[in-house]
Amino acid sequence: MGRYVARRLLQMIPVFIGSTLLIFCMMYALPGDPVRAMMGDQAYDPTVVASIKKELGLDQPLLQQYVNYMTGLLQGDFGTQIASQRPIADVIADAFPVTIRLTIFAFTFVTLVGIGLGVVAGLRPDTLRDRGLLTLTLVLVSMPSFVLGFLLQYLLAFKWAVTTPTVTDSTDFAQLALPATVLASLSLAYVARLTRTSIAENLRSDYMRTAVAKGLPRRRVIGVHLMRNSLIPVVTFLGIEVGNLMTGAIVTEGIFNVRGIGVEIYEALSRREGATVVGIASLMVVIYLVASLIVDLLYAVLDPRIRYA
Amino acid sequence: MRGAKSAKWVAGAIVVALAATACGGNGDDEGKSKGSGPAGYVSIDVGEPQKPLIPADTNESNGSYVIQSIFTQLLDFDSKGDIVYTNAESVTTDDSKTWTVKLKKGWKFHNGEEVTSKSYIDAWNWYANIKNNQQNSFWFQDIKGYDDVHPEKGDPKADTMSGLKAVDDHTFTIELKYTMPYFNYKLGYTTWAPLPKVFYDDPKAFGQKPVGNGPYKFEKWDHKKLIQVKAWDGYQGPNKAKNKGVQFKAYTTLEAAYKDVVSGNLDMIRQVGPTDLPKYKQDLGDGAIEQPYAAIQTLTPAFYSKTFKDIDPKVLQGLSMAIDRDTITKTVLNNTRTPAKGFTPPGVKGYQNLDTDVFTYNPAKAKQLIKEGGGVPGNKFTVQYNTDGGHKEWVTAVCESIRKATGVDCTGDPKPDFATDLEARDNDQVKGMYRGGWVADYPVNANFMKELYHTTAEANNGKFSNKEIDGLMNKADNAKSLDESVKAFQEVEKKLVEHMPAIPLWYYRINGGHGKNVDNVNVDFHGDLEVWAVTTK
Repeated sequence: MGRYVARRLLQMIPVFIGSTLLIFCMMYALPGDPVRAMMGDQAYDPTVVASIKKELGLDQPLLQQYVNYMTGLLQGDFGTQIASQRPIADVIADAFPVTIRLTIFAFTFVTLVGIGLGVVAGLRPDTLRDRGLLTLTLVLVSMPSFVLGFLLQYLLAFKWAVTTPTVTDSTDFAQLALPATVLASLSLAYVARLTRTSIAENLRSDYMRTAVAKGLPRRRVIGVHLMRNSLIPVVTFLGIEVGNLMTGAIVTEGIFNVRGIGVEIYEALSRREGATVVGIASLMVVIYLVASLIVDLLYAVLDPRIRYA
Repeated sequence: MRGAKSAKWVAGAIVVALAATACGGNGDDEGKSKGSGPAGYVSIDVGEPQKPLIPADTNESNGSYVIQSIFTQLLDFDSKGDIVYTNAESVTTDDSKTWTVKLKKGWKFHNGEEVTSKSYIDAWNWYANIKNNQQNSFWFQDIKGYDDVHPEKGDPKADTMSGLKAVDDHTFTIELKYTMPYFNYKLGYTTWAPLPKVFYDDPKAFGQKPVGNGPYKFEKWDHKKLIQVKAWDGYQGPNKAKNKGVQFKAYTTLEAAYKDVVSGNLDMIRQVGPTDLPKYKQDLGDGAIEQPYAAIQTLTPAFYSKTFKDIDPKVLQGLSMAIDRDTITKTVLNNTRTPAKGFTPPGVKGYQNLDTDVFTYNPAKAKQLIKEGGGVPGNKFTVQYNTDGGHKEWVTAVCESIRKATGVDCTGDPKPDFATDLEARDNDQVKGMYRGGWVADYPVNANFMKELYHTTAEANNGKFSNKEIDGLMNKADNAKSLDESVKAFQEVEKKLVEHMPAIPLWYYRINGGHGKNVDNVNVDFHGDLEVWAVTTK
């Protein structure tokens, strides 16, 4: 187990380097010069542009820039934003907690409600409540999150006035409830459907019949025997979903005015702030990697037959 | 029964969700009375400034809003574009070349330091110095000695510009390289603000926590969320704050900001988004603002491109007459623009009614003019625009109008964002025309001609060049008085119609608004809301 974890952690290093280099190259390949773009379409002085670029090292070749960036990163320096001249570490430190809060909220919602709905439906497949859930989730899956976002915003904030239309304070959990629900809705539908199918399938399996035949109480049959096996695909999905939720927050953060990394990365992208984009994206890569490691480790907990060398 | 059970479940889930969100609503309402800031403060949707708050390093609107509240320059303009003296007692000249500035006495920075001639001269020298990489340093290029502190290559030869001389603590002179009758108008731009001594200790820290001489004192900058400034008691200018302070709040979208104005969480919005435009007058009532300001949108031909190289101006006049400006501004643009009648927008000194039909829709004459001028090469051209700025709709409409009226095939040439669009313009890669836009830096007609269509102008991205017009503009710059210069530029404008360096489309209008908690919201000549005059109810 320990060796397995160590090996997985070591594997992360080339993945991390590879992905950052890729993003770095992509930013470099995009047309548009960040320093020039800062000047807008009014008059400007090319001498100043050249001078700023030289100071930031943007006049050097791509690989040199990448090496400089990685050397800085190893020393814990994420670099400086071109326009605002703020350290990128500060920018990330401001935005990340907001998105993490939103993601945790959404994730908890997805896990509890999604699995709950899935279990309820899956235990009685092909009944009215099962079909009802399938229809409801189908609607959620086919509805883009911005539609749902605007719809809920309109209904809850304007029609019935039970909430504020936008988040004025990103640290307030109560205000984050609406965006988190919207953010969660898509995954929620997937999780519910996945759980439902998995449960419905496993209900018919041999070990279930055995467990029932042994005369175990129903709670134990479902809670331990059925759930454990049925949750494997769901856990896999949820693990990857952590990352998806964080990136998916871009749209939701925009609608509800949540100042998280979604907004940050979008702004940085349109301003060609390469270092900011790479910084945030590398953090996302790390989160994805760690999440998938945790998922793999959870398999063993759920199904003892799975062992790691 | 089973059906009933499942319905209960779904209903239960909805109730839980509603309860969770309802909590948020109530909790929020209890804590605050009106608006969102401390009592007496007003709030406006001004986003995060791109750069640190140094006057000469900002030319985008978010940053300049904040800088204008914290700093005051020598003079400002009223709604007619006339000069109002703020920090200056007077700015005078005899020959349009040497200008004498007299400062009002007793003015102080927020930290108690007196505002003197030195506060201005030192600041301007610092701004202009190439070592400091200030974005607006070129604003000082008319001053004698600018090339010493800002050479095109290498290190500066001097630390100060020889054209700036202090006579005494409250008088100084500015000597220009050449005559410029409207130079005093330039001094109204935020870039010309003075700096206190504390700036030079640590410009970087100052940019995060500026100390100015303006109507408001800096309070806090909560990055990406809000900037808060407080009315300053010691301010002596005519634009003294009528409220207790301002919160500049960052919003990610116009829609979100608009919703907050309607629900009372925000006092003012600078621009209503396209989705809310049809109903904003209904929603805001008296609070709806619709006013033109000194800015223009044009289609600018790239005169180096295959299509428009050596084009006969008649063709451009024809294309101009093929655009149905009235209908497009009314429908596609939701009345947010006013059809252009010339190269200079209203609200600018020297705005005139050009006696011409070049800007009036006339398909028959358009066709005829294009034919007389030899037609558009290939009978087609493109209009370059950036897709991130809401330009797609009107570019399509303009093209459609031209195609319908003349049969010339016009298509959009979209660039994903402004940065890419600008790069193509800078590198002379525009294939046909591009979408040009210009907001007044100072309200004089020269600003809309000299800076855009003079052969050597930085913003002349279409590379229009005409010796006769260059000569006329240079002559207008040499005029003895402002009035003569303005008149001379009016003549230039009449000439421009004959050469068509660009096709003017429409003047901008601000479509903003304010909520019920505030009053006296006015718009200045470059379309900014005058925050200092806003009162709370």
